[in-house]
Amino acid sequence: MDNLLSIVTFTPLIAALIMAVFLRGDDEAAQRNAKWLALAATTFTFVVSIFILTGFDPQNTGFQFVEEREWLLGLTYKMGVDGISVTFVLLTTFLMPLVIAACWDVTHRVKDYMIALLVLETLMIGVFCALDIILFYLFFEAGLIPMFLIIGIWGGANRIYASFKFFLYTLIGSVLMLVAMIAMYLDAGTTDIPTLLTHEFSYAPLNVLGINVLGGAQTLMWLAFFASFAVKMPMWPVHTWLPDAHVQAPTAGSVVLAAILLKMGGYGFLRFSLPMFPVGSEVMGPLVLWLSAIAIVYASLVAMMQDDMKKLIAYSSVAHMGFVTMGIFAANQQGVDGAIFQMISHGFISGALFLCVGVVYDRMHTREIDAYGGLVNRMPAYALIFMLFTMANVGLPGTSGFVGEFLTLMGVFQVNTWVALVACTGVIFSAGYALWLYRRVVFGDLIKESLRSITDLTTREKAIFAPLVAFTLLLGIYPSLLTDIIGPSVEALVENYDVATADLVLSHAVADAGH
Amino acid sequence: MATIILFAPLIGAIICGFGWKIIGEKAAMVTATSLLFLSALLSWVVFLAHDGVTETIPLMTWIESGTLATDWAIRMDRLTATMLIVVTTVSALVHLYSFGYMDHDPQWKEGETYKPRFFAYLSFFTFAMLMLVTADNLLQLFFGWEGVGVASYLLIGFYWRKPSAGAAAMKAFIVNRVGDFGFLLGIFGIFLLTDSIDFATIFALTPEIAETSIRFLWTDWNAAELLAFLLFIGAMGKSAQLGLHPWLPDAMEGPTPVSALIHAATMVTAGVFLLCRMSPLMEYADAAMGFVVVIGAASAFVAATIGLVQTDIKRVIAYSTMSQLGYMFVAAGLGAYSVAMFHLLTHAFFKAMLFLGAGSVIHAMHHEQDMRNYGGLKDKIPYTFWAMMIGTLAITGVGIPLLYIGFPVGFAGFVSKDAIIEVAYVGSTGAFWILVAAALMTSFYSWRLMFLTFYGAPRGDKHTHDHAHESPAVMTVPLAVLAVGSVLAGMVFYGPFFGSQEKVDAFFGISQSEVAANVLVAPGAAYAAGDDHSYDRPVQEPGTGALYYAEGNTITDDAHAVPVWVKLSPFFAMLLGLGAAWVAYIRKPELPGIWAANLAPLYQFLMNKWYFDEIYDAVFVRTAKWLGKFLWKRGDGDVIDGGINGLAMGIVPFATKWLNKAQSGYIFTYAFAMVIGIVILITWTTIGAGN
Repeated sequence: MDNLLSIVTFTPLIAALIMAVFLRGDDEAAQRNAKWLALAATTFTFVVSIFILTGFDPQNTGFQFVEEREWLLGLTYKMGVDGISVTFVLLTTFLMPLVIAACWDVTHRVKDYMIALLVLETLMIGVFCALDIILFYLFFEAGLIPMFLIIGIWGGANRIYASFKFFLYTLIGSVLMLVAMIAMYLDAGTTDIPTLLTHEFSYAPLNVLGINVLGGAQTLMWLAFFASFAVKMPMWPVHTWLPDAHVQAPTAGSVVLAAILLKMGGYGFLRFSLPMFPVGSEVMGPLVLWLSAIAIVYASLVAMMQDDMKKLIAYSSVAHMGFVTMGIFAANQQGVDGAIFQMISHGFISGALFLCVGVVYDRMHTREIDAYGGLVNRMPAYALIFMLFTMANVGLPGTSGFVGEFLTLMGVFQVNTWVALVACTGVIFSAGYALWLYRRVVFGDLIKESLRSITDLTTREKAIFAPLVAFTLLLGIYPSLLTDIIGPSVEALVENYDVATADLVLSHAVADAGH
Repeated sequence: MATIILFAPLIGAIICGFGWKIIGEKAAMVTATSLLFLSALLSWVVFLAHDGVTETIPLMTWIESGTLATDWAIRMDRLTATMLIVVTTVSALVHLYSFGYMDHDPQWKEGETYKPRFFAYLSFFTFAMLMLVTADNLLQLFFGWEGVGVASYLLIGFYWRKPSAGAAAMKAFIVNRVGDFGFLLGIFGIFLLTDSIDFATIFALTPEIAETSIRFLWTDWNAAELLAFLLFIGAMGKSAQLGLHPWLPDAMEGPTPVSALIHAATMVTAGVFLLCRMSPLMEYADAAMGFVVVIGAASAFVAATIGLVQTDIKRVIAYSTMSQLGYMFVAAGLGAYSVAMFHLLTHAFFKAMLFLGAGSVIHAMHHEQDMRNYGGLKDKIPYTFWAMMIGTLAITGVGIPLLYIGFPVGFAGFVSKDAIIEVAYVGSTGAFWILVAAALMTSFYSWRLMFLTFYGAPRGDKHTHDHAHESPAVMTVPLAVLAVGSVLAGMVFYGPFFGSQEKVDAFFGISQSEVAANVLVAPGAAYAAGDDHSYDRPVQEPGTGALYYAEGNTITDDAHAVPVWVKLSPFFAMLLGLGAAWVAYIRKPELPGIWAANLAPLYQFLMNKWYFDEIYDAVFVRTAKWLGKFLWKRGDGDVIDGGINGLAMGIVPFATKWLNKAQSGYIFTYAFAMVIGIVILITWTTIGAGN
């Protein structure tokens, strides 16, 4: 089984093709078939991905399950995973069946919806597996199309504005990343990621338009990649597309967006910025740390004042992603471990929170916080699950949310205590917005007439939440489950980074000045 | 055995919370309660059999990342053992008491199930608290720390129909988080310096930490001072010390058994426990400990002044708790850790009893909590009255001064509180006088509570008074047990906690090799032996024993040698308070009204709790809200989005035209897909050209 990765990547796409070709009509039977087929395909993908996990050797920090083929037009198709990417592949394959199950009640163009989600899954897995920059770029950019369609067709009233914003943001980043990739190719003569990882890009200071650029070409390429990944994360101040996109997206779209798509930015930093441009990272690191700290405080404060549940959770995502970027550019074991942990954990938690919003949205067709209140009266099971994920979002020890926050903060404390101090206020603010939301929605007496007949979670909904609950708690209590997989790869990454930046007197001086 | 103690409450919580539908309400509650009694029983076994030697029982690994390695593990030493008995005993009694108190709660509608949930929360709280006290590293302690915070949040907000309960729960959690913010930074700092967060490793390295300076924010600090200070911020939050205290009185929104367990006996003392646990670090941080003393004394004083005028019976006791916690912090801050723990222990008994007694009064009075509507309840609820009386005698410090028969003779508070005041006299004259003043006020407000509740003529709703009835046995039995504790705890535990240095050291395992550790057989019996100072205190290595005393820290011993007037001062303060309360509420009941009118500004100031809530609301809450709104509307809206829209207008003017045309939204989508395609094409050709 040396093509497991391809099987995992393309099974959803094949299912989508089958659906497109063979499923006809839009009657109830066709809808049901589409849903079952999608569920079967995603479940199958997940099962196969478990084989990848069991066959994966964490101690080997190189790429495993590598496949390499000639492809059209002289391009190379190369796939493979290391300790970092395998966790994201698993996250994707694990969440997609839940996402399919979560949109079981959709009635509008069901077949197309399923196709879009399946294609999206293929593209997302592809991003995490690609070991060739062209292939990576293809998956990375193409992933936007199905997401775009999901928002555009099944989204809310103001979806055009959201799409437009999304487009503008990503376009600029994409173009710059493309330019940088071309420059990388010209410099290294290859598009092969493992080779590029060992290639040393020039970091002699450059003079661009009269500005002396420390770290030279590395810094410039770093900046180009940063433009793309920072938007994807999203980092402050290029985050404003996210709340709009979330608000307009249907529940499944929001879950995929928050739980998986956002992780592409963080993954990009770990795959490209940090290992390929260590000097650039070292030069620009303090800036990222500060942007992250600002993001945490800023987004938390803004989240507090939202009156739309989805927007609130979207802003909270921005804050949580701030911990991720901060951890990555702390560039030490705890920081990077924590960043990856935070991304995986955020996948479960934010996914679950958007599902929580979806549950009440399906019943009441509004996301206005003021339209709710006292839900615990009629929805005790919902109240319990919402409470758990609220606490996980707040970073309560014992849930996975804590581990990521704790490790990233610990990592950054070793690098810059000011940033750690500012970011640490996030633990206060997150409690503020999350508990306030919970109190307004769930606590209190049920006095609103419209809520009188609201019903508690159905068995299907409980079944969707159950695995998310399990993983949130399991990773909180026994995080080694994850850190054992990522640990060695992260260690190698950090080691290479330290070696590459060890004798950089110049940039250290810069970094110190940033303290 | 320690593992059973630790996990029995968790199992109880799970069975009770999730299993009640299967096994029935009653069975679920009984299960949870029995498991807690089991826990309590085993805790006493552990405590009595403990030989002072520190043991570690590893359970499994927790967070591992690079050099950071954390285990779930139990650290069993004297400090842990002491906390175990406090936590499990009070918790077991509160569980039992809740059978009566929570029966037929008028807050709930007919047919609503709330009792298993309540018991599950209580058991969960106990588990988290045990996690906190048995932790063998800072992170596990933090797990328990946050766990009790959540349990407290859930229980304060237990009556979720009441908006005030929801608000109080939120406030408690957030204010605690402010403390946690400092706590976390402290943990990070410790890890930075020692590469570990295990107690054993940290303690062994504390002398080095004290020599190190650490760069934090704008300048270099002495590491021990900074870390001790940061950890104390955490302790301030949890223990409701001045500045981070406003959540505690509001926490009284929770059912009364909760107040007894969490907000009097156990959770709020976690801060004191933390300081004692970290004594090897604290001993090297003189300035930080000075700050602890200041905050402790200020809390004791401020809380006592507010307690003087409150009318809600539970709030009076809540402020009293804050005040007593201040005493404990003064003792810990002055380096008399065993004395702080002593007061923690006795306070747990009498304060839990006062709360449970108050609960019994509230229960009898159909959930009326305003003391202005009480009066003359002495004969209607005699058991409760006597329990409250013992609690009051204990907290105000009634005893026979200067009599010493191997131990002082008096109620629990008399022994432990006076010990703190004596320690304060040795350590800090300012703190001493403040604490004596606080003792006077403690006496006044405690007796005021008694007189308003049980004496005089019945006030308020006549119907309620007519139907006032004594609580059932499940409620009075726990009161009786706690009453025994309130009477005896001080005298029984005097020896090991505040007896001769030798005995204290042996009890806490400080010099195991030299002293036979059978002190408990006859606690306090051999105090005279310590008097001749034949005992040479061993120079202690940090990390050995449950507490650490640096060389030259003899404050606990010195406190025995204070002048007689110092020993008498708290007693006279108590008498003065009692006398004043008697005059004001029995002899001349019109007096308080006159005082309030004549001293209106002061009265208003105290009534409004020194305006902490108002100031915090204006400074923090409103600023945060305003800032949030500003950043959202102006920052995100005008600046960022405005900038991007502007950019769009400049670079792609036709984009807006698209936007207007694309009414359906699809055109735009497809256009976007096309752009991607073109981009891919360009990639390919460019790279082709590169070849």
